[in-house]
Amino acid sequence: MSDPNLIAMAEAPAGSGRPRSLAGDAWHDLRRNKIFWASSVLVLVVLLMALAPSLFTSADPAACALSNKHKGPAGGALFGYDFQGCDVFARTVHGTRNSIEVGFLSTLLAGVIGLCFGLAAGYYGGAVDAVLSRGIDIVLGIPFLLGAVVFSGRLSAGEGDDGVTAVTLTLGLLAWTSAARVMRSSVVSAKSQDYVAAARMLGAGPLRLMFRHILPNSIAPFIVVLTLMLGANIAAEATLSYLGVGLKGEAISWGVQIADAQGQARVAAGPLVWPSVFLAATVLAFIMLGDAVRDAFDPKLR
Amino acid sequence: MFRYIVRRLLQMILTFFGATFVVFALMFANQDDPIQALAGEKPVSASLRAALTERYHLDEGFLSQYWYYMSNLLTGDLGVTLTGRDISALLAEAWPRTLQLSLMAIVLAAVLAVTAGVWSAIRRGGALDNGILAFTLLLLAMPIVVLAPVAQLVFGMELGWFPATASREISFYTLMLPAIVLATTVVATQLRVTRTSVVENLRADYVRTARAKGLTPRRVTWVHVLRNSLIPVITLIGVDLGTLMSGALVTEEVFNIPGVGFNLARGIRNEDGPLVVGFVSILVIVFLVVNLIVDLLYAALDPRIRYE
Repeated sequence: MSDPNLIAMAEAPAGSGRPRSLAGDAWHDLRRNKIFWASSVLVLVVLLMALAPSLFTSADPAACALSNKHKGPAGGALFGYDFQGCDVFARTVHGTRNSIEVGFLSTLLAGVIGLCFGLAAGYYGGAVDAVLSRGIDIVLGIPFLLGAVVFSGRLSAGEGDDGVTAVTLTLGLLAWTSAARVMRSSVVSAKSQDYVAAARMLGAGPLRLMFRHILPNSIAPFIVVLTLMLGANIAAEATLSYLGVGLKGEAISWGVQIADAQGQARVAAGPLVWPSVFLAATVLAFIMLGDAVRDAFDPKLR
Repeated sequence: MFRYIVRRLLQMILTFFGATFVVFALMFANQDDPIQALAGEKPVSASLRAALTERYHLDEGFLSQYWYYMSNLLTGDLGVTLTGRDISALLAEAWPRTLQLSLMAIVLAAVLAVTAGVWSAIRRGGALDNGILAFTLLLLAMPIVVLAPVAQLVFGMELGWFPATASREISFYTLMLPAIVLATTVVATQLRVTRTSVVENLRADYVRTARAKGLTPRRVTWVHVLRNSLIPVITLIGVDLGTLMSGALVTEEVFNIPGVGFNLARGIRNEDGPLVVGFVSILVIVFLVVNLIVDLLYAALDPRIRYE
């Protein structure tokens, strides 16, 4: 990736005026990648489901009748009913919003923390780097899910709280380390490039150097890590909810559904299988998207 | 080598205190009134309050409380659960089962990952390689909360190949399905790293030399290349341990294996603070120590690391 513009120029068809940027080059690759399109479509469907669940089901996920307990698929209920007589399809569709919300917000939080830590550690180096890197080591010394279990229980505000804020904060505050490390190492390698020295000699200040020159050229691996983290955080939310320290109360979530249905799996497999399928498909979509984006931004890894 | 070890040890000590401090601070900081929280709605008499304050050092500062917590932790005194059971005894009873389960998972994952990874690397770009890569992608996308209950449903209940739960007698056979489930959480990354590093090493000069000497392709791949390719895989063990711990939490809960994860999950469910903090602190220590050992092992295996 030392000189993407040169490669882009060499590959650009004659007649197209200006050379493609790194992002333009990546987009050129992505456009022809079937996996990218498949995962994008899946991600879009999931996002639509999160934003407008009523497009997919008109049933009320909270309208449960015990007389429907464990009934098979019938009428509007595509996936049948669970042990409390709730419509499994409606609950699964409405559960999407919480998973996506927690996934996106926690990744955003982790991204902001990771960006600041990585950029500062990589740019300033020396003592700043040593202190920040030890900070990263300390958070990394706590196994992710174990830390999340302790923190999430501590952060949630007791009765009536659905746990969305607590889980988002927990995941964001624990997950940023990988992003910070990746950011740091790419900033370190970008910092020593000639164009940074040139900009510095032209009198650019540290902030301008960091955000105008170094950041755009070192952000690609960071974005890839964030895409992969999104999938991981969605899975982590489900795991926390399954263990009983994630979303709770009235909140509908795939992890809660799986936990509820597991005991009755032998009687009715549907309530267990469908949220599992949705969860796995969502995580898979984000991982495939991350893989495709990484391949596009870093052709060396192929 | 000596300087490297000293530097790593110093870093580890810092990380150790930092990590335990974070856990401690988040668990016990800004509690309004821990004694009242313990008693619930009941009023607490002045003498009981004084006794509890004395016993748990509640009148002292935050840092000295952390000091008491650490010295208890390091001397193996983890206190008692909310129901009055000794946490150290609980841990001593639980860990052999978890150890057996995770060892089975690690061996399963390593054997599968290395064999399939090397295979995949030799036939790079072929149908087998693509198939294996697609399969690892699928495994990566399967959160343990999906995999464990569904595997239990399919292989334990519907097909009946394995016992669905393992609560009474822990044997090799009853732990087989949970171990497979646990192994899937780490096998995909191991396999991909093995594949990448074998692919890189296959192009190395020493491979060409070995071939030129007339060694059989099998010997070149499985002895010369593999030995050098396993170095990056070893570093994964440290990271994997964290994954295995969280995996064991769900797996033991699903399959009813009374190990560390099972007890921890129960503690979480019953909101048993002392048990959760005690177990998590010990697991954090195990995690840090294993990571240190892996780092030192890595430096011993690959002399280039020390000179960085």
